[in-house]
Amino acid sequence: MTAARDKFGRPVVVVTGMGILTSLGAGKTDNWAKLVAGESGIRTITRFPIDGLKTTMAGTVDFVSVDPFSSTALSERMAEIATQEALEQAGIGAKADFPGPLFLAVAPVEVEWPQRRELGRAVGQLDINYDDLLRISGGGKYSAYHHRFMFGSVAASLAETFGTKGSPISLSTACASGATSIQLGVEAIRRGETDAALCVATDGTVNPEALVRFSLLSALSTQNDPPQAASRPFSKNRDGFVMAEGAGALVLESYEAATARGAKILGVIAGCGELTDSFHRTRSSPDGKPIIGCMNKTLADAGMTPDQIDHINAHGTSTPENDKMEFNTTSAVFGDLAQKIPVTSNKSMVGHTISAAGGVEAIFSLLTLEHQRIPPTINYDNPDPAILFNVVGNKARDARVTAVMSNSFGFGGQNASLILTREPA
Amino acid sequence: MTDTPASKPGQTEVWITGIGLATSLGEGLDANWAALQEKRINVDEKGFAPYIVHPLMPVAFDSQIPKKGDQRQMEAWQRIGTYAAGLALDSAGIKGNKDILSKIDMVVAAGGGERDLNVDSGVLTAEAKGANAPGFLNERLMSDLRPTLFLAQLSNLLAGNIAIVHGLGGTSRTFMGEEVAGADAARIALARIASGESDIALVGGSHNGERKDLLVLYEFGDFNLKDKFAPVWARKDHAGFALGSAGAFLVLESKAHAEARGAKPFAKLSSVVADLAKRKRPGDMAATLEKLWAKLPKREGKGAIITGATGAEPATSEERGFLKSHADFPVRSTGTVFGHAMETQFPLGIALAALSISRGALFPPNDSTGTEIEMQGAPTQIVVVGAGHWRGEGMALVEAV
Repeated sequence: MTAARDKFGRPVVVVTGMGILTSLGAGKTDNWAKLVAGESGIRTITRFPIDGLKTTMAGTVDFVSVDPFSSTALSERMAEIATQEALEQAGIGAKADFPGPLFLAVAPVEVEWPQRRELGRAVGQLDINYDDLLRISGGGKYSAYHHRFMFGSVAASLAETFGTKGSPISLSTACASGATSIQLGVEAIRRGETDAALCVATDGTVNPEALVRFSLLSALSTQNDPPQAASRPFSKNRDGFVMAEGAGALVLESYEAATARGAKILGVIAGCGELTDSFHRTRSSPDGKPIIGCMNKTLADAGMTPDQIDHINAHGTSTPENDKMEFNTTSAVFGDLAQKIPVTSNKSMVGHTISAAGGVEAIFSLLTLEHQRIPPTINYDNPDPAILFNVVGNKARDARVTAVMSNSFGFGGQNASLILTREPA
Repeated sequence: MTDTPASKPGQTEVWITGIGLATSLGEGLDANWAALQEKRINVDEKGFAPYIVHPLMPVAFDSQIPKKGDQRQMEAWQRIGTYAAGLALDSAGIKGNKDILSKIDMVVAAGGGERDLNVDSGVLTAEAKGANAPGFLNERLMSDLRPTLFLAQLSNLLAGNIAIVHGLGGTSRTFMGEEVAGADAARIALARIASGESDIALVGGSHNGERKDLLVLYEFGDFNLKDKFAPVWARKDHAGFALGSAGAFLVLESKAHAEARGAKPFAKLSSVVADLAKRKRPGDMAATLEKLWAKLPKREGKGAIITGATGAEPATSEERGFLKSHADFPVRSTGTVFGHAMETQFPLGIALAALSISRGALFPPNDSTGTEIEMQGAPTQIVVVGAGHWRGEGMALVEAV
């Protein structure tokens, strides 16, 4: 069978299960319906006080509760829900017995303010420093916080719940993390190390300090009212991204293994590419070469040419710099096609799910392939004249889509792209 | 399933052609090797009393991070790592080599950066004194946090800083997850080179152990070594690890790529394997270590074991049991000498294994319990063991070329 191998002789990697959760809701059906209807999941934050903040809205996932609350616990719970959905669709393995490794994109973990404040109260004096905190931290009273705030804790928990094999990898490539988790899964299958991989991306970090951190870097939109209009990728009056939460889970398999067990193939990860930018900690190289190189590597990895891509699921953060850079670099790679290929940014509706974005948007790309319908970029009322993308503005568009490029770019010079197709080439 | 033996037919041999070390014993290979020969250990029993840490031996950061502006953008863990990464590139002879650095693949094992202790203490103190307005925390964080502190805390910004300072333009991946992240970083880099996906990679991590916020985190689980230093094997009734400051980076390279540029190997990295034991019952972790041991390529040479055993219990006792069943392999503990550098401990173990092989001798034992014994002659095969204090087990085989 020729379809089992790609033109480079590597195993073709297919998707057989997907699960998703965003501020729009839980599950593919709900998310897709709202996405193509142009609904926004961005709302005024109610989880914690917003007094004194410049940005007061986010795409929070408020319908999932964890107790005691922490961003890490929320990330874990969302990942579980998304993974459960993906496994049910894939019908692979047995309960708590997934036949392959876990690659988890997850936000860096740290002790959070509710826990720090609990310690502070336990000190029981008016002046508190870290020596005081240290004095009361031991003795087993807070041992659960050790487990909770280990960087590997979310992956360890998912690995146990779903019975993935081997050492689960927790990774961060900032806003490209989700794409990197998929890339690691693709590579493991191509190397023949495994027939299946579970690639999960999750981020539940809308908390006061995380919001303040991005705010201090002037990265966030401050167009708080109405919150639904804050994320406006490719618009002239865009002013930053909107933090958001969510999770995406994909079951990847070799085409051979998937067809052998009669699994329904939802799409193909035809190519992945990454390239680091050493120009600056938060800004892209002005010549865009690393992003251009990333897209070109991804096309080469898929063995495809720009004219074979008929939709771009953009990184499209709605920051002034990203969207312009994305158009310029896409133009360098795609030439005139950059103004013809329909482009959309899911972040206009679900916000920027940061560590989860690459996974969430890969799933939206696959749903686009399935439904042959491109979700809109909402709030596109005032196009930036410098960005000549063929933006699918405000209303979903039916289109023949056979191959999607999904881009993710992040702090620390992280760039990663994926090409997803409906059928093996 | 997640193993990486480079010995599959058709797979290329992977060499260790560069090593960069900045530790509590000093910087560079000679200083660390000399300290190991002299059985020197650098602990600070006072600065964080009752907790014990292995402080970084001061280094001239300027020599690897020439721009002060770059240094200011980093916290200590990033400076240590960026420094050690530069030493590794120097050691491999590729520092400033644009052709190679533009394609090198980086896999970094990282935790996160230190908090601003004054900001945290200030908030908690003000709240203890009655500050309870709903927006109090927001306002204090907005006014007190340095904008660039976030970048000094972000896990993937160690890799980001290395790329910026040393001009690396290939790929960059950051793995998190404490000790086993270091093993997984080496495992994935090795797999990619062995399969031909990559020619050359920079792999490693860095850790600042001189942090009260980290001590708090590990104190939650009573993992910190207190009051009095003792070798890892002598801590059974006084368990815990002493955090260590260290940066350890390796340049891994396909044999063909190294030969083409005339690079000499310290050793070859033959295999890296890792797993996640459930650790629910006594013996679970030891059984996983045995399983990993069995997965390594056959050991027929003169062998030794370098372990990152932490001193935390019950993990260290389980590991001691595993080591007893391989008593013909002389053992060395990096935790005793360097302290526990978390994500960095496994790359440090590989570095010391490669160094020992290239220098034709295992460094001497440093132990009062008899767990570490003298080794005569040159080791040709060293197994690196890394069992996490809480979760995750990794193992590697480093061999003479």
